[in-house]
Amino acid sequence: MNTPLNRHGNILDFAISSLLRRRSKNFSLLVVYTLIVFVIASLIFFVQAMKREAGLLLKEAPDLVVQRMIAGRHDLIPDRYKEQIGAIRGVTAVTPRLWGYYYDQVFGANYTLLVPEQKLVEPGSILIGPGVARNQRIQVSDMLTLKTSSNAPLLLTVQGIYPSSSELISSDLIVLSAEDFQAMFNLPAGYATDLAVTVANPQEQTTIAAKIAEQFPDTRPILKSEILRTYDALFEWRGGMMVVILFVAVLSFIIFAWDKATGLSAEERKEIGILKSIGWETSDVLLLKFWEGIVISLTAFLVGVVLAYGHVFLFSATLFEPALKGWSVMYPHFKLTPVIDVYQLTILFALTVLPYTAASIIPAWLAATVPPDAAMRS
Amino acid sequence: MIELSSVTKTFNSGKHNQFTAVDGVNLTIRPGQLTILKGPSGSGKTTLMALIGCMSRPSSGRICLHGIRTSFFTETDREAALDITSLPERFLTEIRRSTFGFIFQQFNLMKGITALENIMLPAYPTGESQAVFRRRALELMELFAVARHSSSPVDWLSGGEQQRVAIARALINNPAIIIADEPTAHLDSKLSREFMEMVGTLKAQGKTILIASHDPLVFDSELADCVVGMRDGRITDIAGSP
Repeated sequence: MNTPLNRHGNILDFAISSLLRRRSKNFSLLVVYTLIVFVIASLIFFVQAMKREAGLLLKEAPDLVVQRMIAGRHDLIPDRYKEQIGAIRGVTAVTPRLWGYYYDQVFGANYTLLVPEQKLVEPGSILIGPGVARNQRIQVSDMLTLKTSSNAPLLLTVQGIYPSSSELISSDLIVLSAEDFQAMFNLPAGYATDLAVTVANPQEQTTIAAKIAEQFPDTRPILKSEILRTYDALFEWRGGMMVVILFVAVLSFIIFAWDKATGLSAEERKEIGILKSIGWETSDVLLLKFWEGIVISLTAFLVGVVLAYGHVFLFSATLFEPALKGWSVMYPHFKLTPVIDVYQLTILFALTVLPYTAASIIPAWLAATVPPDAAMRS
Repeated sequence: MIELSSVTKTFNSGKHNQFTAVDGVNLTIRPGQLTILKGPSGSGKTTLMALIGCMSRPSSGRICLHGIRTSFFTETDREAALDITSLPERFLTEIRRSTFGFIFQQFNLMKGITALENIMLPAYPTGESQAVFRRRALELMELFAVARHSSSPVDWLSGGEQQRVAIARALINNPAIIIADEPTAHLDSKLSREFMEMVGTLKAQGKTILIASHDPLVFDSELADCVVGMRDGRITDIAGSP
């Protein structure tokens, strides 16, 4: 029985057979195409996973952070601000925080020093991130010597090392007691790095931030939503370095598709003429070219996406490492949690499979409109 | 039956290089007969066959086909005449696919694919099950003694074998009419005789055959029912039944 399904099946069969005739040409085409999809899909996966990590991190962030500013620079904030801010209606809690950075001249690495809200370590003990342990080649119970701002050595015992699963955020971290932190930086008593403010009603955060800014003109309140926005801008695929890579990838795809679109060889034209002369309609020829385009582009899309998934989630985006590492000495050894954004993959599908298929069909359509008797005269 | 009345085909009409390839041809081709168009190069044989085979439309005149079967031509109309002169391209393609089988001078086989796939080519877009027309193609390969080459790329075959593949391809959709344009032009005498034997077999099966040739082996053949002489786009003489 003659059915449209048979027609599609038969023409698809012939399309595959036709592609296999020009093995090396089509294989190289497939490789280039797969590579482009791989780069773009890797970026999408990577950015999505990073956004997720950042989102999880910020979930625990305070609703509002208040910093003191002097001459436009971040300065220590006196503890007395805590009571005054805590008195503002709607504020549930105000917690002074102590944190800072330490540059280790010997190992050429920057560490993040943090005093936890709840006491986790006694003076003289520290918890360290896996990056610090690797960098210093130390283990639990080993001693770490830091230089205080008055150039005196501060001896600290490693009480624990954070697990590697948290490496993305804890790699360069040193958790220490408030006493050690103050000794480290010669910090005056009654001062904090900033204040973490908890607000009961999320709707009131902006109002409270405005009140703080009004009552304490020397402070800068930072909303959690503003931090989220900054992260979004950083990881959004329309921003930053990602857009440059994406632009290059899309541009190379356009050049590639254009080359394909204008590259119908004399032999291919002759073959279209033969097909028309033996009873193929123009629509049959277009269907053949459509299936040829789909076979190449869909294969490239699927293989590229699967490879990108492996690259980002199994091999921690190894190929991006040189670009992302930058000056970082303690580049974290991370494993990202797989996140797949169907919407972005659909866009990628639409940006790669559809234009390529169209690029295959259009020149064939031009060739297929030749009268079928042309083959008789060739 | 195919009826041509005052058929003219002019190329580049209205331009300085206007050229009339077929000029006022009246001809009747009877079913089940072997008709041969004879004449020198440029006499209009190929153009006339392209017009009959629904590959192009005449500039003027009418071509009517009798007793053909298509999806748009209903059961009761079967014996009626179908004027193909003004049919849209889609209908012409369907007639071409279901009614005519073409054998070209250069064979026009698709390089790089197997002989079997070449034979099956006209059947792919019909929507018929591949298993069914594959079986038919293999039977045709048996008939024309090229079955052992079924999985060989067609460009590996000799000229004679390629011609047989081209004939098998022309027959895959079981057409009522076979059109062959200078089929022996690239064959030696032995292969040309073999070709005419195959034509005899097809004729015996009841096919209507139309051959354009200026090879005496073809137009002097005993198989020919009608030999139409052509020159400068016009019929000069008709020998035989019409």
